[in-house]
Amino acid sequence: MSESNSMNLKLKIWRQLNSNAKGKMVDYQVSGVSPDMSFLEMLDVLNDQLITKGEDPVVFDHDCREGICGMCSLMINGQAHGPEERTTTCQLHMRKFKDGDTIIVEPWRAKAFPVLKDLMVDRSAFDDIIQAGGFISVNTGNAPDANAIPISKENADFAMDAAACIGCGACVASCKNASAMLFVSAKVSQFSLLPQGEVESKERAVNMVNKMDSLGFGNCTNEAECEASCPKGISISNIARMNREYTSGAVTGK
Amino acid sequence: MTDKKLDSKIPNGPIQEKWDNHKFQTKLINPANKRKYKVLVVGTGLAGASAAATLSELGYQVEAFCIQDSPRRAHSIAAQGGINAAKNYTNDGDSIWRLFYDTVKGGDYRAREANVYRLAQVSANIIDQCAAQGVPFARDYGGYLANRSFGGAQVSRTFYARGQTGQQLLLGAYSSLQKEASKGKINIHTRCELVDVVVVDGRARGIITRDIVTGEFKKFAADAVLLCTGGYGNVYYLSTNAMASNCSAAWRAYKKGAYFANPCFTQIHPTCIPVHGDHQSKLTLMSESLRNDGRVWVPKNKDDKRRPQDIPEEERDYYLERIYPSFGNLVPRDVASRNAKAQVDQGKGVGSTGVAVYLDFKDAIERDGRDAVEARYGNLFEMYQRITDDDPYIVPMRIYPAVHYTMGGLWVDYNLMTTIPGLFALGEANFSDHGANRLGASALMQGLADGYFVIPYTIGGFFAENRPDELDTIHPAFDEAMKSSRDIFEKLLAVRGTKPVDHFHRELGKIMWEYVGMGRSEEGLKKAIEVIPKLREEFWSDVKIPGDGTNVNVELEKAARVADFLELGELMARDALDRRESCGGHFREESQTPENEALRNDDDFCHVSAWEFKGVAASPEKHAEELNFEYVKLSQRSYK
Repeated sequence: MSESNSMNLKLKIWRQLNSNAKGKMVDYQVSGVSPDMSFLEMLDVLNDQLITKGEDPVVFDHDCREGICGMCSLMINGQAHGPEERTTTCQLHMRKFKDGDTIIVEPWRAKAFPVLKDLMVDRSAFDDIIQAGGFISVNTGNAPDANAIPISKENADFAMDAAACIGCGACVASCKNASAMLFVSAKVSQFSLLPQGEVESKERAVNMVNKMDSLGFGNCTNEAECEASCPKGISISNIARMNREYTSGAVTGK
Repeated sequence: MTDKKLDSKIPNGPIQEKWDNHKFQTKLINPANKRKYKVLVVGTGLAGASAAATLSELGYQVEAFCIQDSPRRAHSIAAQGGINAAKNYTNDGDSIWRLFYDTVKGGDYRAREANVYRLAQVSANIIDQCAAQGVPFARDYGGYLANRSFGGAQVSRTFYARGQTGQQLLLGAYSSLQKEASKGKINIHTRCELVDVVVVDGRARGIITRDIVTGEFKKFAADAVLLCTGGYGNVYYLSTNAMASNCSAAWRAYKKGAYFANPCFTQIHPTCIPVHGDHQSKLTLMSESLRNDGRVWVPKNKDDKRRPQDIPEEERDYYLERIYPSFGNLVPRDVASRNAKAQVDQGKGVGSTGVAVYLDFKDAIERDGRDAVEARYGNLFEMYQRITDDDPYIVPMRIYPAVHYTMGGLWVDYNLMTTIPGLFALGEANFSDHGANRLGASALMQGLADGYFVIPYTIGGFFAENRPDELDTIHPAFDEAMKSSRDIFEKLLAVRGTKPVDHFHRELGKIMWEYVGMGRSEEGLKKAIEVIPKLREEFWSDVKIPGDGTNVNVELEKAARVADFLELGELMARDALDRRESCGGHFREESQTPENEALRNDDDFCHVSAWEFKGVAASPEKHAEELNFEYVKLSQRSYK
């Protein structure tokens, strides 16, 4: 990319020393940003500058940088994963911004996701929810031939749509109630659509929802912010499916 | 002759019966006694998560460790295309035997026959297991599982879940892991990395870990340690690996006495998005499945600057189809990568940098329609467009090879045990099944085979001969390991130099790509062996790490990993220099056929090179394990 395309940006970034410290927004300038850089590569440039000056670099979670691990998690100008639809932070490119822009970068904010440092939060509550029932109770060696149970293509496709969730937590971060309904419902839906998982689907829904409540996530008030911010386009119709499983589980005392 | 220390423990008998016999002859542990054994599983990718879950189901006490914030994020998640299995659901001539044969041949005859045969045998069970876990594999309208083709094979044996097969298989293994954790049978330690392996009386008895959030060091004692910590591709700085993927666990084990096998066997994947600038932090792979329908080409004329759509058909060179008429665009990865480099070296590269070739879907779209192509590859096309700002439905993709996978790794015997008793290595962390080149869709297969179906049997055999004892972390060996672990980090913090860690990592990457990359020569490798130690010295005197070790300190974490890469890089160059032949991903310029194909030297190099650590400044000692081919005839690989 030629020099003439390079951008100068103002950044306002949340800095917080650890989970007990009080955080604040801090202003930074970053120059020489190429439109072909990813958002995280732009932060790498900033950090390189900070380290060279002897300052503490900005801590943020990231790993695969190809939009699948679910590690990256930035609130950019008030939008989870930034302005581009169905995109993780690592796949957001600087060509979506203009020279001279001011960009506000914050961590996910939710009671169940405490900040560990700067932009890094603790999402272990998601693992706790999965432990409450986000699995099929099958041990290694139990399985029949994979083609013994045909599954309609339609259901397999819907299950895959739900299973595409990367567990990043954008749904929680963009919900005004910090609800984890989209995350939980994606897992409940995936398994209830498949004959292998259908057996336990009601207990699963009840256990996972109860766990979600106990961890401090809020309830759903149908704003659909979660769906809008989801980098994998998980549909809120999964929440409807989960509610059906949950209600029928709760009524039948599963 | 095979070195005495390298007893591969391959069972006797015909290859078809080896694994069954071995399972029968391996001693069992009574269910009531299993709970007395503790296993530490480091890494929670496909190999680690499947091993931890399965061992816990069997009744062993398990502690699992991962560097990410959740076991679900291990880098197995990024595998796109699929997983091979000899199911022969497509009735196109597949069998265990053929998968075995393809894998040995694809690996250019540098893998152990018995291991590969076992891998092919259990491959079918993996698909069954994953379907039972709720992995939403692609299906046909009749509800049965769908298959696609992959490089190096002429049958369709690859199972897939859209372009996210690794993610779905990992989430399946992760759900099994969490199922066991919910019963209190597995403790999971997240954001936690291995710093050292504790060896007591010659046997691995525990590990030292460092908590990435608090900087706290901890000791864990156990009856066995499993390293499922992936490969070392990030030694090249730019690779398709995740940012945190590293060699440190394997490297610390190497320094404690585990032999490192075939470190120079690295896989350069042919279909990645080309490098675009200096600040690039990683490379993105485009699934090999794209080569089912995409046609690879370059302009026939050098320095042709026309847009691809303006270059007429007769002025395009579909070089893979031309050179390899029977496999065409589906030649194995090493062959496809080397040919791309050859075209670029001839000045026929495309794009603004001239370091890329085209992967064109025009014919597929004309033949099958845009919708069919979108259904197959929609998410990959979307990803490509997001990164490059080009629409691959209209303009051909630009691709170029990138470091992707490492076939080398810790040496293990048939039981997956390293040369340190009680220390096992699974998945990409070991060296065993792929020889000098891994076929597409075989990494997922191997990770899950090791974890679900191999280690659960072989670890029992080890435990039957090594009963639980009273040893715990009070043993002085743990204090010593703890002290040397702390020392590494304190020493790094004490440097207080001027350059960030990434500077050194980037420099190392350039050296590795230049001299230990797609083409390797004696001169270049000697150069690498000369300059890497200098860079290492500069690193230890000039690296700048802000902050201290009592809080999240990303630079400190990275520095400890780069310090290990700076040692590993040298070993890779030494191994590559020692192996004076070309095979699979290891291409020595001096050893090629008149058609520029890899020319093996079976007389001198039909062996595994396993290296023993002798000190950072000293030369490592090579041990050789001879490879015997009883069932597959050694021949010059041909995909023509």
